[in-house]
Amino acid sequence: MSTPTAPVAVPALALEDEPAEVRRGALQRLVRDPQAVITGLIILTFVVLGLLANVIPQHGPNEARFEAINLPIGSPDYPLGGDYAGRDILARLLHSINTAMVSGLIGASIALVVGTTLGLVGGYFNRFRTPVEWGATILQTFPGMLLLIVLMPLTGGDFRWTMAIFGFLLTPGIYRIVRNQTVGVSRELYVDAARVSGVTDMRILGRHILSVVRGPVIVATTFLFGSAIGVQSGLAYLGVGSKEIPSFGAMISDGFRNIYIAPGQYIWPAVALGVLNGAFVLFGNALRDTFEGSQPKAEKITATAVADDFEAETADGTGALLEVRDLGIAYRSPSGELNEVVRGVSLTVRMGETLGLVGESGSGKTQTAFGVLGVLPTEAVVTRGSVVLAGRQILGAPQAELNKLRGSEIAYIPQEPMSNLDPVYTIGSQLVEGIRVSTGLSKAKAKERALELLERVGIPDPQRTFRSYPHEISGGMAQRVLIAGAVAPKPKLLIADEPTTALDVTVQADILDLLRDLQAEMGMGIVLVTHNFGVVADSCTSLAVMQGGEVVETGATIDVFAQPQHPYTSMLLGSILDEDTIRDDSAMVLVADGKDPR
Amino acid sequence: MLLFALRRVAFGLVLFVIVSFTTMFLLSFSFDSIIGSKLGSAANVDSIAAMKADLGLDRSVPVLYAEWFRGVLHGDLGASFFTGEPVTEALPSRLAVTLSVVGPAMIISALIALFLGVLAATRGGWVDKTAQGMMLTGYLVPNLLIAIVLVVVFAVNLGWFPATGFTSFAEDPAEWARSITLPVITMAFGGAASMANQVRGTMIDELRKDYVRTLRTRGVSARAIVIRHALRNSAGPALTVFGLTFITLFGSALFIEQVFALPGFGTYSFNVALQGDFPVLMGLTAFGVGLTIGVNLLIDLANGWLNPKARQY
Repeated sequence: MSTPTAPVAVPALALEDEPAEVRRGALQRLVRDPQAVITGLIILTFVVLGLLANVIPQHGPNEARFEAINLPIGSPDYPLGGDYAGRDILARLLHSINTAMVSGLIGASIALVVGTTLGLVGGYFNRFRTPVEWGATILQTFPGMLLLIVLMPLTGGDFRWTMAIFGFLLTPGIYRIVRNQTVGVSRELYVDAARVSGVTDMRILGRHILSVVRGPVIVATTFLFGSAIGVQSGLAYLGVGSKEIPSFGAMISDGFRNIYIAPGQYIWPAVALGVLNGAFVLFGNALRDTFEGSQPKAEKITATAVADDFEAETADGTGALLEVRDLGIAYRSPSGELNEVVRGVSLTVRMGETLGLVGESGSGKTQTAFGVLGVLPTEAVVTRGSVVLAGRQILGAPQAELNKLRGSEIAYIPQEPMSNLDPVYTIGSQLVEGIRVSTGLSKAKAKERALELLERVGIPDPQRTFRSYPHEISGGMAQRVLIAGAVAPKPKLLIADEPTTALDVTVQADILDLLRDLQAEMGMGIVLVTHNFGVVADSCTSLAVMQGGEVVETGATIDVFAQPQHPYTSMLLGSILDEDTIRDDSAMVLVADGKDPR
Repeated sequence: MLLFALRRVAFGLVLFVIVSFTTMFLLSFSFDSIIGSKLGSAANVDSIAAMKADLGLDRSVPVLYAEWFRGVLHGDLGASFFTGEPVTEALPSRLAVTLSVVGPAMIISALIALFLGVLAATRGGWVDKTAQGMMLTGYLVPNLLIAIVLVVVFAVNLGWFPATGFTSFAEDPAEWARSITLPVITMAFGGAASMANQVRGTMIDELRKDYVRTLRTRGVSARAIVIRHALRNSAGPALTVFGLTFITLFGSALFIEQVFALPGFGTYSFNVALQGDFPVLMGLTAFGVGLTIGVNLLIDLANGWLNPKARQY
């Protein structure tokens, strides 16, 4: 039993070094981000000004002098003037910064400490999960603002107590973040490995889990700091708390009541509060971008972008169903240049023929398929080439034209059946929607057709499946449903992206048989994207081998299997033979890897 | 679904008891000071003890709570220590004022959030950047500042709206609309920002899902994908945030009603808390907790109904 521990110990060790690496990288990125630097400097300036509150002004914050009442800006000794009670506005402003910072510190640190502890305990130890969850729900149920005011008799007007209570009210926010992250991480294999190899729970929590939750928690704390400052100011504006404590809120309230006599007085604390609060929010945003990577960008559903110098070639009929020539697909790097992931791919598919598109993951085969379908992600750019479907150039065609072709002439079967069905609609309504879009049939007719199709693809009880939601059927059934949806309008070309990879081995062969039968029936051309030579040998008339975004070998399946020309093809074929040799050991190894045992 | 609903209701009741009991327990520490302020100059150790016994506050918190909770079940929340007004009569009129501000603010900000969020998520580019800038501004600027800027600009300087005060709808609908305009804008500002951000985020996540690509390959139009599929799938998370925002708006009413001198729930709570009027404070707590639990319950039920997977329970 000593041997298996060695390999699992390695990732656990390797991971211990990673957080330090990540942290250094994050800090470096942070100081290069102008938003983080500017807002960070603003916050720092406020802190310094607050620390100098007893040094810069000539007067104390509560020192009221009759002759200073409503003094204008720039008066001697009173640079920002005096307020309605004859107090130095500058002194009160600087002391208010300290009140705000202390409020933020108390509120945010209580939320941070209590929330993180609860999150780690509730997320890591199963036996504490329910009580901790209850605790968080209870805290969340307290009517926040109301409670702060209702408990005024208890806090006796000390803003620090109020902020401590507010900190507890903020706890559930941090708790949920930490718990979700912790649950995620503690299911990771390296944590299991650490546990099995005898690392104590405390050490796992401190070393492995805390390092993962740290980023999101720091970000959330920054936001809480800002909201604690906002709430303290609001309460002070209302007059909750001691009148002796200078605060932005109290100053705004004083200045506001004095607005007809000295209209400018409320502006100073208002601007200070706005800038400080804004700095915290923007700093938090910058932190989030650094720690969690840039957020997913919004994108418009539209035809794939083409490069500026792209010019589609005119279609010249070769008689083939699909003629892809010199197709190039690129993604923009952060610095703006285009990196091609598909580099000049050419393919030909005839009616009734199946082309196997083979290669390792990352070889560009799925990108090529999406390029032909015109459903590449928005970041992708088509750089060159031509895609001719039944004599028509479809590369760079407008969305409306593509929508007409899709569903009627070209169809798609995805790899992962479950995620490709909309979870909130029944199977039937999704099939009917697709059928009506592509054929314009009435609802009743479309339903009839959908039921026929479900039966045709081998679903035992079409009526029931029609009424079912995606989560109520098995993966194999879902794949049959997707096939039914794809072939509903009798397309000329079917693009199947690893249609059997996500399925049980017992179902894989059935699905391939079904595709073959449908092909014979409808005379479709099929592009079968796969990494599995077994599938190719089983179903494909010809094949194209892809490596690093290029097609390195094409030919009839029989020829390529008999005499591979390219070393990469030989290597891929060779690797099947290698697996064959260990097959006597256990055929299940192949099965577990998703390889077809035939 | 029925079992699911019953379980949620039972859960809500337990929460209500725990939270209101805790609040009563916390308040019990200040009974002496409450009575002291009620007695004013006549307060001394003996008179405080006598009045405490008189009001029944000398009993232990569990006994007090049991009595209070029995009252809640019978719709009786006691009467104010100071005015003698029954709590169940004092609250509704104040709530009506608050609701007439929070209601429109919620509807307006939800509509803005949906529009802005969906637009930002589906257009991308400069539309998204502009929308995100607007959302960030909503976050950045504290409610209090928005209220003050609005009052200074539109009430003090331009005189378009009254700076303070409230006219009830029954009295004069036009004046009512004028009196709530500035408070509603103030509330809608921050509310719309957080909700729009949520709608945008969920919509972006949905539009990146696999089923969207498959729908595209079937020739389904972009409009149908956005409205029929992505928006429908985003409804659950969006609804949750809308509910939480509704509760937050009630909280912010505490500030905003003070700025605009609206005689609502917030102003009332504040004055009552200054006095330490125990029965009313407990009544307010009951309402606050009930609101939070009620809204969360509705969200849970709506989510269960929206999500076919959750319907099974």
